[in-house]
Amino acid sequence: MEIINNGIRPDHQVIFDMIEPGSRVLDLGCGTGDLLQLVARDKDARVQGIELDENAIYECVRKGLSVCQSDIESGLAEYPDGSFDYVILNQSLQEIRKVFFLLREALRVGNRVIVGFPNFAYINARVCLGLGGKAPMTPSLPYRWYDTPNVRFLSISDFQSFCAEKGFAVRKARFLNGKRTITFWPNLRALGAIFLLEEKGR
Amino acid sequence: MKAVLKTESTETKPEGRNRSLGIVETHYYTFAEPPGTLALESGETLGPVTLAYETYGTLNREKSNAILVLHALSGDAHAAGLYRGKKDPGWWDAMIGPGKPFDTDQYFVICSNVIGGCKGSTGPSSVNPQSGKPYGTEFPFVTISDMVHAQRRLIDFLGIDRLLCVAGGSMGGMQALQWVASYPERVRSAIPIATALKHSPQQIAFNEVTRQSIMADPAWREGNYYETGQPEKGLSVARMIGHITFMSDQSMEEKFSRKLKKGHLNFNFDADFEVEGYLRYRGANFVKRFDANSYLYITKAMDYFDLSGGKLINGRVVDARFLVISFKSDWLYPSHQSQEIVRQLKLKQVDATYCELKSTYGHDAFLVELEGQTTLIHHFLEKTYLGQRNGNGNHQ
Repeated sequence: MEIINNGIRPDHQVIFDMIEPGSRVLDLGCGTGDLLQLVARDKDARVQGIELDENAIYECVRKGLSVCQSDIESGLAEYPDGSFDYVILNQSLQEIRKVFFLLREALRVGNRVIVGFPNFAYINARVCLGLGGKAPMTPSLPYRWYDTPNVRFLSISDFQSFCAEKGFAVRKARFLNGKRTITFWPNLRALGAIFLLEEKGR
Repeated sequence: MKAVLKTESTETKPEGRNRSLGIVETHYYTFAEPPGTLALESGETLGPVTLAYETYGTLNREKSNAILVLHALSGDAHAAGLYRGKKDPGWWDAMIGPGKPFDTDQYFVICSNVIGGCKGSTGPSSVNPQSGKPYGTEFPFVTISDMVHAQRRLIDFLGIDRLLCVAGGSMGGMQALQWVASYPERVRSAIPIATALKHSPQQIAFNEVTRQSIMADPAWREGNYYETGQPEKGLSVARMIGHITFMSDQSMEEKFSRKLKKGHLNFNFDADFEVEGYLRYRGANFVKRFDANSYLYITKAMDYFDLSGGKLINGRVVDARFLVISFKSDWLYPSHQSQEIVRQLKLKQVDATYCELKSTYGHDAFLVELEGQTTLIHHFLEKTYLGQRNGNGNHQ
């Protein structure tokens, strides 16, 4: 177990640690650019963001970042193969409809893909649904059933099976519970997970 | 001819941010004097060529802080500040000045009138040295590339090797794109706003209607009207058409709705509705300040412009950064045309920022929708400028 307590969002710290210095990094759904700024500054990376929200784009540009406005699903289309060393898809997989298409595109545009998502099988979520009989709400799934942007409800196990089935090689996996990274029984104990993927055989 | 590189400001400026530039002056640079000429894309030549231009702010010692601002169809070199005794500021005064996004405390901003224009640069209303009379339709066809070629001569003359930025909206955006295509090594960044890599048939169609309107006016006289007076009716209708395309359905509704000028219907062909009065007023004003032949030539240049399909980034390495801006309600230069620019940049892995700004002003937004543009341009330029200084390593 490792505790992240440096003011940086724990998932950002985990992703940050996965990135080699001097890389080219694309963040799909980069929000206000906190992670990209960190990676650009401390990993000497060449970074590019894709974000839909106009105000978030202003924040990114204030930070000196380059961001193209687009939704996540159509943002990758024009980039040539291998344009980036890493494509980051953090906390938005669960909002994507064409999951397989997007991950395949991300692995075409980037040599590696970092995926972060909330774990639907977290113990409190199980209790919520199994015993309480209600749609789960957890710190990583904070929405009510009627206002959630999420359209995919997946667990860590689901994602591992999905990667195995679709031929995505999992190079690293980190599991987060608040500020701690955990290793035992992640599918039950982790609020969220971050995977580093590559094309199989690379 | 000597260029005055410092803006002359005789009025004391109030302190604080967002100050006005105060009094500015137009300068003139003439080149391609005999035996020289400017070779044009059409194969014809033009010479001598005069460019009217203005500069604001101070060129730094390294000459690394120069920004070329490019005007739209009916614009001119007077982008900011005031002329002595006049009260109308330049066309992008809200964006250029001390503390403004194109911050003249930091940057040296240049704006020149295009060739083919009628605001001090050589155009169809200039005197043809061969005949001693205005060129009229003897004036050779000029393209956006020719306009940019002429501007490059001005930038050479000012001793600037590499521009920090080229920026403009509409046809100004086309020129910014053309700068990158023609002289990628001389541009550090580009801000094309509300523009396109090429005109669509719809855009050509609107331009053609405006040209037909001018040429259908008997006063046009095949372009030889400089002694008889210009085709005011045709030119004002052309401008009225233009103004319709510059606004959005919503902005027209908000500005005019169906309001009546006199509060009742006239039951004649006077201007009943405020929108009619507005268009007539705009048309009538325009003919006082713009040459009909220039309108014909410049709209043709816009229609000929085509940097689609890989011609923008054409092989030579481009390390320029881009800030591409479009406006949601702009149906004349719709966002998908800006997105096509972004697609080309992504294809060539060029550093790009793109944002469609929420605005109801239509195509006019690039001149009046200031808040979003201010934020984006200010920080984009700052990053470009600081990045450049850090990159050079020896300026700080």
